[in-house]
Amino acid sequence: MNKHIWISFVLIVAFSLLGFFVVRGDGMGGRFPFRLGLDLVGGTELIYRADTTNVENIPDAMESLKEVIERRVNIFGVSEPLVQIERAGLLTGNPTDRLIVELPGYKDAEEAKMALGKTPVLEFRLARENAQEILKTNPNAVIDEIFESTGLTGRYLVKARVEFDSTTGAPIVGLEFDKEGGELFAKITREHKSKVLAIILDGSVISAPVIVDEISDGKAQITGSFTPVEARELVRNLNYGALPVPISHLASKTIGATLGEQALQDGVRAGIIGFALLSLFMVLWYRLPGVVASVALISYAILSLAIFKLIPVTLTAAGLAGFILSVGMAVDANVLIFERTKEELKRGKNIYDALHEGFARAWLSIRDSNISSIITAFILFWLGTSAVKGFALTLGIGVLVSMFTAITVSRTFLLAITMGEVTPLKKFLFSNGIDIFKSKTE
Amino acid sequence: MKIVQYRKIFFSFSAILIVLSLFSIFTYGFNLGIDFKGGTITEVSFDTLRPTKESVEEEISLLNLGGFSVRPSGEKNYIIRTRELSLEEGQNLVRVLGNPVVERQNTVGPIAGVELRDKAFKAVMLTILMIVLFITFAFRKVSKSVVAKDGKRVSSWKYGLATIVALLHDILIPVGVFVFLGRFYGLEIDLLFVSGLLAILGYSVHDTIVVFDRVRENLRLNDEAKKVEEFETTVGKSIAQTFVRSINTSLTLLITLTALYFVGSGATKDFALLLILGVIVGTYSSIFVASPLLVTFYKFRKASK
Repeated sequence: MNKHIWISFVLIVAFSLLGFFVVRGDGMGGRFPFRLGLDLVGGTELIYRADTTNVENIPDAMESLKEVIERRVNIFGVSEPLVQIERAGLLTGNPTDRLIVELPGYKDAEEAKMALGKTPVLEFRLARENAQEILKTNPNAVIDEIFESTGLTGRYLVKARVEFDSTTGAPIVGLEFDKEGGELFAKITREHKSKVLAIILDGSVISAPVIVDEISDGKAQITGSFTPVEARELVRNLNYGALPVPISHLASKTIGATLGEQALQDGVRAGIIGFALLSLFMVLWYRLPGVVASVALISYAILSLAIFKLIPVTLTAAGLAGFILSVGMAVDANVLIFERTKEELKRGKNIYDALHEGFARAWLSIRDSNISSIITAFILFWLGTSAVKGFALTLGIGVLVSMFTAITVSRTFLLAITMGEVTPLKKFLFSNGIDIFKSKTE
Repeated sequence: MKIVQYRKIFFSFSAILIVLSLFSIFTYGFNLGIDFKGGTITEVSFDTLRPTKESVEEEISLLNLGGFSVRPSGEKNYIIRTRELSLEEGQNLVRVLGNPVVERQNTVGPIAGVELRDKAFKAVMLTILMIVLFITFAFRKVSKSVVAKDGKRVSSWKYGLATIVALLHDILIPVGVFVFLGRFYGLEIDLLFVSGLLAILGYSVHDTIVVFDRVRENLRLNDEAKKVEEFETTVGKSIAQTFVRSINTSLTLLITLTALYFVGSGATKDFALLLILGVIVGTYSSIFVASPLLVTFYKFRKASK
């Protein structure tokens, strides 16, 4: 027994176990399921731009924006919602902060948009001294002209709930401030008795009561003319928190589940057929090394899929395409090596030496050409919206893994096979390819 | 093989294709998808009887959404492209069609589109730049080798330059074909298309490097053997030695891509077609354009001295 045979044995066992992990972990209960992109399972994606122009600590603000949005997303009861923040355009010198919300399996983009995009901004503002005059001269005066800010906003809210007026039975919204907000509220009501304190929601006045007395218990009521449904909605929006950063809708995407399922099936089928044809070609052209290349290709597929699961990489239609493309590229290293080996065989070297030389000499081209592919994958990843990122990731991982499997795996197997006596059969199995250009090149 | 000797024929062939592509790009212009210009794309599926295209168009025109296009897709579906629609407009659109199943409805704002277009262009340029820098670096030692009877050398940036020409060649031709297809078959330039272009760039260089690497090796071997050989001969020999590999590699890629084209999902069909074109053009260019160009660049310098 030589070491190549031992290593081959270890590799086969390792890849079999890994293959078992890839297949088995895929069930619903598996700890590492494949993460499928929206375009394969269907669902809704919403992209927002966050207006961070007036924010000092942008990463902090974005993080808390993400938290608020996640809280809101959880209302939908979607199985695996994904909320991401992204800073795009760093290199273009015009950075924008984005918020990406993915709701797999959730089809009602409109409702999602409404519920997520709604930014309830609750403010308490005092009417200016000359508010009456301003209104007289300009009936269309904006809120800023009539009311002045008090600093009391929805930020200090602890809880909102629907209550009903004890005499009229009309729904009202009860608010409870935190300690700081309660003190602020007490101060405002103490210092501005008999003035109008307007309650403004999303830029429109919902009620403008006159302050009667100091309110020191940190509680307030909004008595607009609500219907019970409106009151409940307002309470829900207030409770789920106002957004720390204003957001505006940039793009949205809805994919039906059937379309996604079809895309997934087609992608998998394309992969299997492509792989089968590829193996056939390699075996017919390169004989025994072709068989080894196919085995290396299987280990390549297993290893890549396992990595996709572990990172995890979100697989999209484009990602699947990238993976299938990388299968084709993975073979290239083997083609280079085998062609090189063939040349060495022609020079009269024995199989073992020819293989050694073939691998050694092909390495430089494999390295240099793969580096250029990795450069491309990096730039693609940077360019990326989710579809392109998926492609870049699978392509990049594919190239790296293929360098390992095409060289290590097929080398070990081939060297293990070639140990020992050189029989005519072995010679036949290795004298691969029909050298159609022989007469012209020599 | 007399590829280097007959290089002018191959150059002319490529030049004609490039001129045709440029012609197609400048006359027809890009048929940009919503990724790049903003808008809404809606795909609806009619379970029972699909209404005629005319009736769908008539219903939509009543909404006054401005210009729009309706394209049948598969047996049951229509793909409708409009300007960027608001929530209500999007819902209205589906309602007037009799509430078919919405397969997808994507909206991209115009600003995002312009931003992305800018970014995509930069990405392509950046990729080309990085790759050329990398080649110049990887082949830095090659200029030490004396290449010909006259004792001249070929500096490494010439390898980079030949690669750029091949890269532009490999991008322009598929783009030209796609612009043509866009004009007559409604194929759209979207973000996936740009990814495809970048993948082609990667592949094309990959392929070119293999040949150049062989030139590099042969030059070194000549050096070691104190053998002096015309650069033309060295390049010709290198092409011949890597020929089978180049063809086989592109064949393996074409096998998987063809599977992707015929069996893969609709979303990646155009993408697979683009890559198929790119692989063919890329393989052609590394054998018939990039490597013979090395000889041409070498001769330029020789002539000017």
